[in-house]
Amino acid sequence: MTAVDPLGPPSAGEISASATTNPVSATGALDVSVGRVRREQLAQLLGSKAFIVGALILLWWIVCAIFASRFAPYNATTTNILSLQQAPSAAHWFGTNNVGEDVFSRVLVGARDILEIAPLATLLGTVLGTTIGLAQGYLRGPFDMLVGRIVDAALSLPIVIVAFLFVVAVGPSTLTLTVVIGFVFSLIIARTVRTAVLQERELDYLAAARLRDETVLHVMFIEILPNVLGPILVEFTVRLGYAIFTIATLSFLGFGVQLPTPDWGADIAVNSTYLAAGYWWETLFPALAIASLVIAINLIGDSIEAVLVQ
Amino acid sequence: MLLYVLKRVGLALVTLVLLSLIIFFAGQVLPGNAGRAILGPFASQHAVEVLDHKLGVDRPLVTQYWSWASGILHGNLGTSYQQQAPVSSFIYPYLGRSLRLAAFAFVIVVPLSIFGGIVAALNRGRIIDRVLSTTSLSLSTVPEFVSGVVLIVVFALGFKILPVTANAPPGSSFPIQLKYLILPAIPLVFILFGYIARMARAGTIEALESDYVRTATLKGLPRWVVIRRHVLRNSLLPTITVIATQTGYLIGGLVVVENLFTYPGIGTLIITAANHKDFPTLEAGVLFIGIVYLAATLIADILYTFLNPRIRLGKAE
Repeated sequence: MTAVDPLGPPSAGEISASATTNPVSATGALDVSVGRVRREQLAQLLGSKAFIVGALILLWWIVCAIFASRFAPYNATTTNILSLQQAPSAAHWFGTNNVGEDVFSRVLVGARDILEIAPLATLLGTVLGTTIGLAQGYLRGPFDMLVGRIVDAALSLPIVIVAFLFVVAVGPSTLTLTVVIGFVFSLIIARTVRTAVLQERELDYLAAARLRDETVLHVMFIEILPNVLGPILVEFTVRLGYAIFTIATLSFLGFGVQLPTPDWGADIAVNSTYLAAGYWWETLFPALAIASLVIAINLIGDSIEAVLVQ
Repeated sequence: MLLYVLKRVGLALVTLVLLSLIIFFAGQVLPGNAGRAILGPFASQHAVEVLDHKLGVDRPLVTQYWSWASGILHGNLGTSYQQQAPVSSFIYPYLGRSLRLAAFAFVIVVPLSIFGGIVAALNRGRIIDRVLSTTSLSLSTVPEFVSGVVLIVVFALGFKILPVTANAPPGSSFPIQLKYLILPAIPLVFILFGYIARMARAGTIEALESDYVRTATLKGLPRWVVIRRHVLRNSLLPTITVIATQTGYLIGGLVVVENLFTYPGIGTLIITAANHKDFPTLEAGVLFIGIVYLAATLIADILYTFLNPRIRLGKAE
């Protein structure tokens, strides 16, 4: 209906002018040209300022997630009743919290759980959602209808609420968070993949595959899947951002990562009760950490989308 | 037209039934033994069985769903485990307070974001467009409680111009009550601004590139007349759909914002219920959020049909 894609990044129009090769039409051509398109896309990506900034921030948090427990100035879970609620100083850059833990160390180590759960959940959601979407788009019929209705119903609630409801019912743990978020996201991803498959459905290569009497699974995963990888990759990066959003929110609501494990959302939940008393540092710094991470992922996602969807 | 509306309402009802099944599954099937969950691991098996019987959770699932769902149709939302009172006896004031906060955020965000989107579209590709697009996109990806914390630190603790909580002292006048709602409303505005502005921008750009706008410009109409009469009327149509869809997410964001600002709305109620494993209250609260969302999308669809002459006059497919 609308010629301008409302969900595409606003900058896509400006960037697309520089690239002329259409990856979809090239996929069917020689392997050499496919490789060239990929290299061109990569070069374009690396030339994007937004992508570089996003990637650097993400890289920083990944380094923290893996190594911060070694280079953080203090142990993130060592309490110290002699230095409670200390304002930022040379000894404690980000101050200390209500049990005397070093806020700076907790912010560094706090990257760990969220960066472990978010990619796993997103991966689960992508694999599951791709499978459902492929089946829906290719098989159509009653299966498509039934799944479509269920997806609609589940998505008639905000994602955070659906995930919250199920995590409360099962009890919060790393595994629960990963599975619940993965399942909920698979519904959204299925919707995107289904739409992409429907566009492929009428193309000649599928008719040819049907004539060759290929199995349904072969057609779905060998024939269609490679041609819808673009939207799936975009969906993956977008969902990764939302996974972090959702996990942080669930932790803030008390049903995500559990204390005393250092976690930004959970720390904000506890420390925000002391905000009114003026202890701002123990809440503000974890908040800035979350903000930097989600914005970084979105910069990366937008850049990838701008390069792939033209 | 009427047929379309009826079909749309029917579809919404089917979705609502499915939604109720999902909520029932999450709230009453997944948690397993409700009596054990309430009494804890050290209660005797007998006590658990007595409580299960009292709560009615020892009946077959179909019976349980039926009595839950038919109860809701009769205005009976179940009995709160925690408060030992019918959920319907206390839930409505919470809902009212949430709707007040949501409405306040809505009144701010709709004109603001449409204006922002149009300004960005009219300056397409220029620096103001880039700044608006990037800022709004970044703001809409940051969780509400994160931006809320930053706002509290800056405006409540730094400049000391706004209160830290959302609760005005009892008996405050309406303007004072609104003043307490400003900070909680802004994170909700941030989230919605990006989506609505983006849609308004896309719609405006599409209209600007259309033949009728070119004709209007070529026949010598002043630019602002072209924009007001030809561009805006057409560009805002898709925006309406997005606004309605986002209403549901607005309600979702409330859960988080209410928790941060300790505002006694439906979100705070849901969190408290979750912490006490009070599933009837939790289910009722979540169901209300779903109903508000479904109603919003339904109204948007019908409004869209009504505003779009192609569909209204039955010429489109």
